[in-house]
Amino acid sequence: MVQGKKPKLAVWKFASCDGCQLSLLDCEDELLAVADSIDIASFPEATRAFKKGPYDLSLVEGSITTPEDAERIHQIRRQSKFLITIGACATSGGIQALRNFKDVKEFISIVYAHPGYIQTLKHSTAIADHIRVDFELRGCPVDKMQLLEVINAFLNGRKPNTPAHSVCIECKLRGNVCVMVAHGTPCMGPVTHAGCNAICPSYNRGCYACFGPKETPNIPSMGNVLEDKGMERENIVRAFRSFNANTKAFQKGARDYEKD
Amino acid sequence: MKKTKIIKVDYLARVEGEGALYLKIKDKELTDVKLKIFEPPRFFEAFLRDRDYTEAPDITARICGICPIAYQMSAVHAMENAFGVQVTGPLRELRRLIYCGEWIESHILHAFMLHAPDFLGYQDAIQIAKDHKELIENVLRFKKTGNEILTLLGGREIHPINVKVGGFYRVPHREELKSLQDNLKWARDFAVEAVKFVAKLPFPDFERDYEFVALQHPDEYPFNEGRIVSNKGLDIDVSQYDDHFEEQHVKHSNALHSVLKERDSYFVGPMARYSLNYDQLPKVAKDVAKEAGLGETCSNPFKSIIIRCVESLFAVEEALRIIESYEMPDQPAIALEPRAATGYACTEAPRGILYHRYRVDEKGIIQDAKIVPPTSQNQKTIENDLWAFVPEHMDQADDQLQWQCEQAIRNYDPCISCATHFLKLNVDRG
Repeated sequence: MVQGKKPKLAVWKFASCDGCQLSLLDCEDELLAVADSIDIASFPEATRAFKKGPYDLSLVEGSITTPEDAERIHQIRRQSKFLITIGACATSGGIQALRNFKDVKEFISIVYAHPGYIQTLKHSTAIADHIRVDFELRGCPVDKMQLLEVINAFLNGRKPNTPAHSVCIECKLRGNVCVMVAHGTPCMGPVTHAGCNAICPSYNRGCYACFGPKETPNIPSMGNVLEDKGMERENIVRAFRSFNANTKAFQKGARDYEKD
Repeated sequence: MKKTKIIKVDYLARVEGEGALYLKIKDKELTDVKLKIFEPPRFFEAFLRDRDYTEAPDITARICGICPIAYQMSAVHAMENAFGVQVTGPLRELRRLIYCGEWIESHILHAFMLHAPDFLGYQDAIQIAKDHKELIENVLRFKKTGNEILTLLGGREIHPINVKVGGFYRVPHREELKSLQDNLKWARDFAVEAVKFVAKLPFPDFERDYEFVALQHPDEYPFNEGRIVSNKGLDIDVSQYDDHFEEQHVKHSNALHSVLKERDSYFVGPMARYSLNYDQLPKVAKDVAKEAGLGETCSNPFKSIIIRCVESLFAVEEALRIIESYEMPDQPAIALEPRAATGYACTEAPRGILYHRYRVDEKGIIQDAKIVPPTSQNQKTIENDLWAFVPEHMDQADDQLQWQCEQAIRNYDPCISCATHFLKLNVDRG
């Protein structure tokens, strides 16, 4: 980065709910300080102002679902020194990737009266399936403190501190009683990427894996435990096939329990 | 010679989601208005099929990161309607409380960070902060008060995890809720200042004869329950929604427009809610509204920004009332048995009524889902506003006219991410 010049930030949206970019505006205590130290060059949800690229850092929200977006992401990559995906849609294809396991034509006809007008790709895919990505931040939505950490790290040329271990570790660090061991509540925590600070178990609920798979998850073992807790096969398929359905690990988990 | 002028905004800023505006002016006559939507469709109604009823609140929350509680509330009430149960007492109060949090967070985000810059001539709230730092600091603190309710009661601000069909996974102790009181009391004072501040903004002289549609409840300002009523005689149970409303295909637009079958376009959101439910507001909100120059109804959509602040004040008052009288319930959720049925619910999202309908089988597996978000209901009214607004402001410079049209669209706090799965996709980026 040029000395004395504020780094340029751009926020881009693809198929998504806007929640991950909203996380930035939800940093009520830090927002003005962030805006002081970076140049918000493009962030349509927050400002009419727009500055042309190149950008020092691009944050990308949402998944690729249309032919136009599959093109647009390449243009954004070309203008971005660093490009980070924020959230489950951009990092794994998101909840809309459920179409990947069904006939998308049938999907269109369920929602729209004139399916002919709809132009959409058969699959919803992660940004990294299309371009090189410098870092992927997980979560549906992302955790806002992790988002600040990642922005900070990239602007200062260091590696973000976002552990890749499981939600179980966060539960232990928080001192939670294990909902699965103590109450028999099915919980995806053992295979789910950390980052939320184990919110669901802290609210007496099993983790539902909105941060996607952790590094090296043991999927068959997870399936066995869920079965052991009395979960029906269809519900195990649903548990893997949700907000991060298109990840390799969860695809396998769902397939293992799907009826032929 | 006839002169044709095109005014277009390829990517509408300070709205949630991806939309564009297109105006065509031929020889000083407005000939075309299009509010285009190019947000990609995500097919929620399709993939809700074959999911378990317990998943509906978490899945539909992902339609919108700005108002996930609205989706969760409509989903749980529709499922409870299908199963023939009703949540009452403290659990019902906690649901109102979490909705208060979302109204504050969403209204203040929109009023000050997305809408106010138009009135004040700034590109965004961060630019406002350069000249009025204390104001924006207070605004952010106010917004945070809403998010604190969501975080305590829901687990996190965006896509909260604690809402379930039948109640909650975990209910707070009295002391936990009381921890919110100090900030809410500060927010009550600031909300009054906020109303006074926005009341002084310059408002275009613009009124139309709208059909306002909102929930109405005999005892309270509406969140989760009530009949669907209008100022033109509509008064129906939520289960009759589909008999009275339909989505229409219009030739000039790529969008599906929701209309009343008996009449035509209608208006949902804070201004409709206020105009139909003024009597249910607490005295302090009525007094502040009066001081701000509002009557018991309002028909100038630019003044929605004042009403959002009045409703935020109401939400703070209501939150304080609920916290004060809260007794922790014995169970975090009521027991229920799935059965084959159709369930209906309509709740008041920050942007207006949000309708959900689900048909489930005897195991509670979703067979069919229908969701009508507020923005698709306001779509036609927004375009009609522009048809009326532009001819009166034709002599302005293009960039000024364009900015005012954007402002007129932002009156509705449109959430295009919400609306998209009802709008036909247009990928022509103009």
